[in-house]
Amino acid sequence: MMMITNLQASGKGEGYTSKSAFLISFRKRNLRSSKSLLRNCAFLPPAITVKFAMISTESDPPAETSSPGPRSPSGQPFVMISVTEPVKMGTGVQSYISYRVITKSNMTEFEGPEKIVIRRYSDFEWLHDKLAEKYKGIFIPPLPEKSAVEKFRFSAEFIEMRRQALDVFINRIASHPVLRKSEDLRTFLLEEEERMERIRSIEAGIFSKKSSDIFQMFKDVQSKVSDVVLGKEKPVEESDPEYEKLKNYIFELENHLAETQKQAFRLVKRHRDLGQSLADFGKAMKLLGACEGESLGKAFSDLGSKGEILSLKLQKEAHNLLMNFEEPLKDYVRAVQSIKATMADRANAFRQHCELAETTKLKEINLDKLMLMHSERAREAEIDFKESKADSEEATKRFEAIVKTMNEELARFQEQKTADLGLAFHEFAKGQAKLAHDIADAWRGVLPKLEAL
Amino acid sequence: MMGPEEESMETLTLATSVATTTAASDYHSAISASQEIPGDPLLSAPVPPTFALSPSSSFVDPPSYSDVVFTPFNPSNGAVSSSPSSSTSNYLRITVSDPVQESETVSTSLVPGSGSGGYFTYLITSRAKDGTDSRIRRRFRDFVTLADRLAESHRGLFVPVRPDKGVVEGRVMKSADFIEQRRIALERYLRRLAAHPVIGKSDELRVFLQAEGRLPLPTTTDVASRMLDGAVRLPRQLSGADVTGPEEVVQPAKGGRDLLRIFKELKQTVTNEWVGSRPAVVEEDREFLDRKDKMQDLELQLTTSSEHAETLVKAQQDIGETMGELGLAFIKLTKFETEEATFESQRTRAAEMKKVATAAVKASRLYRELNAQTVKHLDTLHEHLGIMLSVHTAFSDRSSALLTVQTLMSDLSSLNSRVEKLEAASSKIFGGDRARLRRVEELKETIRVTENAKCCAVKEYERIKDNNRSELERLDRQRHDDLLSMLKGFVISQVGYYEKIGSVWETVADEMHVYSREVEISEQ
Repeated sequence: MMMITNLQASGKGEGYTSKSAFLISFRKRNLRSSKSLLRNCAFLPPAITVKFAMISTESDPPAETSSPGPRSPSGQPFVMISVTEPVKMGTGVQSYISYRVITKSNMTEFEGPEKIVIRRYSDFEWLHDKLAEKYKGIFIPPLPEKSAVEKFRFSAEFIEMRRQALDVFINRIASHPVLRKSEDLRTFLLEEEERMERIRSIEAGIFSKKSSDIFQMFKDVQSKVSDVVLGKEKPVEESDPEYEKLKNYIFELENHLAETQKQAFRLVKRHRDLGQSLADFGKAMKLLGACEGESLGKAFSDLGSKGEILSLKLQKEAHNLLMNFEEPLKDYVRAVQSIKATMADRANAFRQHCELAETTKLKEINLDKLMLMHSERAREAEIDFKESKADSEEATKRFEAIVKTMNEELARFQEQKTADLGLAFHEFAKGQAKLAHDIADAWRGVLPKLEAL
Repeated sequence: MMGPEEESMETLTLATSVATTTAASDYHSAISASQEIPGDPLLSAPVPPTFALSPSSSFVDPPSYSDVVFTPFNPSNGAVSSSPSSSTSNYLRITVSDPVQESETVSTSLVPGSGSGGYFTYLITSRAKDGTDSRIRRRFRDFVTLADRLAESHRGLFVPVRPDKGVVEGRVMKSADFIEQRRIALERYLRRLAAHPVIGKSDELRVFLQAEGRLPLPTTTDVASRMLDGAVRLPRQLSGADVTGPEEVVQPAKGGRDLLRIFKELKQTVTNEWVGSRPAVVEEDREFLDRKDKMQDLELQLTTSSEHAETLVKAQQDIGETMGELGLAFIKLTKFETEEATFESQRTRAAEMKKVATAAVKASRLYRELNAQTVKHLDTLHEHLGIMLSVHTAFSDRSSALLTVQTLMSDLSSLNSRVEKLEAASSKIFGGDRARLRRVEELKETIRVTENAKCCAVKEYERIKDNNRSELERLDRQRHDDLLSMLKGFVISQVGYYEKIGSVWETVADEMHVYSREVEISEQ
C-alpha cells in the first residue's frame, strides 16, 4: 500500500516523513517489520545514491553524480542535502576545513533544483545554536565535537568522520517536521558565503553562547536570591514522577552508551593491531622460509603473503567499523546529550513559570491590599499586576509547550534510534562475518601446498 | 584435570575422532594417532612460561569447537611422522611434580651462617622402556649437576639447555608462581633429554632418574677447593714435573684446576690470531663453516619470528577480550532498556541488541580458544630458538677441542726444537755433555707424553666434529618436521575458528537484515 505523504501534512507518530526524498510505502508497523522505522533513519548509505548517509564509502563520491531523485517521481516535494568535498583553507593557526553543501530540491523555498554553498564548521554551529534558541523542547540533532587535538584535526580519518556527522546533522534537520521550516535552515542552505560569514559573526557578538551563558548565570542568581528571600532554600523542580523516571533513564542511558562506544572504539584499534601483527608475522615467516629448503620455503612464503593480504583486509574492516558502527554509537551518545540540554531548557522554563506565578500572586495580594486601602498606587499596582499575570501565563504556556513537544520528540527519538542502531548492528555483523570468512578462505588457500609436503 | 601425559598436543586431531565426546580418554586416543612433534612424544607442554596467558585460558580443556570445526579437512592431514628418535627414546614417561620445601640440615657452604634457609625438592617419576618405574626426589642443584656432567661427556652434541637458576634469593625464589614455573620447566627439560637419541640412553640420565637417595654424580660446586687445587698444581706444572694423563688433557681447561693450561691455550689463541702462523690443523671444513653461517641466519630469523609470533598472540588475545567486553556492555544496555522501556521501539531495540551482544560474547570465546591453539603451535618457534643455545655450545666445544689440539701441536714443535738445539750444542763438546744429554732424555720423554696427549686430543676433536655433523643433520630433519606441523596446525586452527566466528556473525546479520538498506531498495 502506497501512501504518499507530502511535506506540509507531515505529522508526528507513525508515518511522518523523514527522508522526504523517498516515496514512502507505509506499512503497519509491527515488532518484526521495523522497516518503516527506516524512514526515520538518518543513517543510509550512498549506495542508494542519496547522499545523506551515515554509512560512508571509502572515497566519498561527490553527491552530484547521483541521478535525479531516484525515488521521487516528479511532482513530489523533496529536499536532499549533501555535505561533501572537505577542503583545507587558509594557513597555519587559522586554517580550517570548508565543505561543499549541495541542496537538491524541487521546492521553491530551497531555490531548487540545486543550490551549492560553501560552509565551515562554525556555520553549522551557528545553525545549531539558533535552532536550540528558538525551538525549545525539540531535541536538536547533535553536532560532532567541536575541538580536537591539534595534530589530529586535519587527519583524513577525523575529517571524514566529521563530514559524515555534519551530513547526518543537516539531513536530520531537513527531515524534522518542525525544524525543516525554520528560516535559519534556509539561510544556512542558501545564503551567499560572505553574508553567511557576516551573519555568523554578528550573532557571535550579540548573542553568542557565552553571552547566553552569562544571562543564564544571572537568572540563576536571581532565582536563588528570590528563593532565599521567599524562604525557599531548594531550587524549584518538577515533581512529576514520570518525568523523574525519564531524567534518571536519560542519565543512566548516557553512561551505558558511553561504555559501549568506548569498547567499540577499542575494537577498532584491536583490528588495526591484529592487522599490523599479521603483516609483521607474515614477513618474518617469509624470511624464515628462506632458510629452509625449497618446498617448505615456498609454503612459508605463501603463508607470509596471505598474512600480508589479511593485514590489509583487517585495516579496511577497522575503518568500516569506525564509520559504520562506532560513529553511530557516538552519535547516539551525542543525541542523549542533546536531550539533556532540552531537559535543562525545560527546567528553566519550569522555574520561570513557578517564579512568575509566585510573583504574580504576591502582586495580586499587594493589589488587593492597596485597593482595600483605596490608595492612589492601586492603579499602578493593577497595571503591574496585569503585566505580571500576562508574563506568568506566557511562561506557563512556554513550559507546557516544551512538555508537549518533548513527549512527541521522545517517541520519535526512540523510533529513530531503533532504526539507526538496527542498521549499525547489521553493518557490524555483516562486516565481521565477511572478515571472518575472508580470513578463513585466505588461510585455507595455503593448505593444499602444506598437505602436499 | 588431565595428567600431563594426556595433555593436548597438536590439534591436528584426525577427523575420525571428531564425532567423539570431549571426554579425556577419547581425546587422548585421538591424539595418539595424530601427528606428534617428532622426537618429543613426551613433550606435551602446558602453558609455556613465555606467554602471559591468563590461567583461565582453556588450554588444557578439550577443544570441543575445534574438533567439530576440523571436519572439512582431509582426515589424514599431516603425515604421521614417526621420527626415529621417538622410537629410540628410552623413557615412556617422565613427570616432575609435588614441590616440597625442605630445610637445610647440613650446611655445606664455606662461609658459616650463610646456609640457605630451605630448598625445594621435586618428585620425579619415570618409566623406562624396560619397564623400570622409579620415584625419587631431587632438588634444583641436582639438575645443575646433571646438566654439567652431561655437557662434559657429550661434547659436540646439541645438549638441551637446562632451566635458569633464579638469581634473586629469598622471597622470589619461594613464590608459588616461580616454583610452578620451575617445575614445568624442569619437566620439559627432562623430557627433552630423554628424547635425545644419545643423551636419552646415557648413564647420567639413568642415574639421575633412578638412583635413590643422593645423586651419585660428582658435583661442581666446590669452587674453593678447585681454586686451591689449581694453585697447588701450578708450581709443578711450571717445573714440568706434573704429568697429566691424556684423558684429562682432552677435557677443556676449566676453573682453577688448570691455570697453566689456560695460560697456554690463551697464548695459543693469541698466536693464532696475531702471528698468523698457519696452525697445522685448521678449521678447513668448508661445509661446516657454511652450515655455521646458515645457523646464524636461521637463529636471526627464528628470533624475529618468535617475537612477531608473540605480538600476534597478544593481538589475538586483545581482540577477543575487547569483543567480550563490548558484548558485556551491550548486555548491560539491553537489560537497562528492557527494564526501563516505555516505548515499543525500545523493546525492539533491546531485543536486537541482545542478539548482537550474545554473538559478540560467543565470538570472544572463540577468539580465546583459537589463541590457545595458536600459542601451542607457534611455540615451535621458541623451542627451536632455544635449541640454538645448544648448538652454540656444541660449536664452541668444537673450537675449544681444536684449540687444545693446536696448543699441543705447538707445544710439540717447541719441545722438538729445544731438543734439536740441545743436541746440537751437546755434539760440539767432546765426549758429549752429560748434563745436556740427560736433559734431552727428559725432554724426549715429555715429547712422548705430549704426543700421546695430542693423539687423544685429535681423536676427541674428530669425535666432536662427527657429533656436530650428525646433530646438524638430525636437527635439520627435526626442524623441517616441526615447522611443517607448526604451519599446518596454525593454518588449520585459523581456518576452523574463523569459519565458526563467521557463521556466528552471519546468523546475526541475517536476523538484522530487516534493517538493511537493501530491504529499503527492494521495497520501492
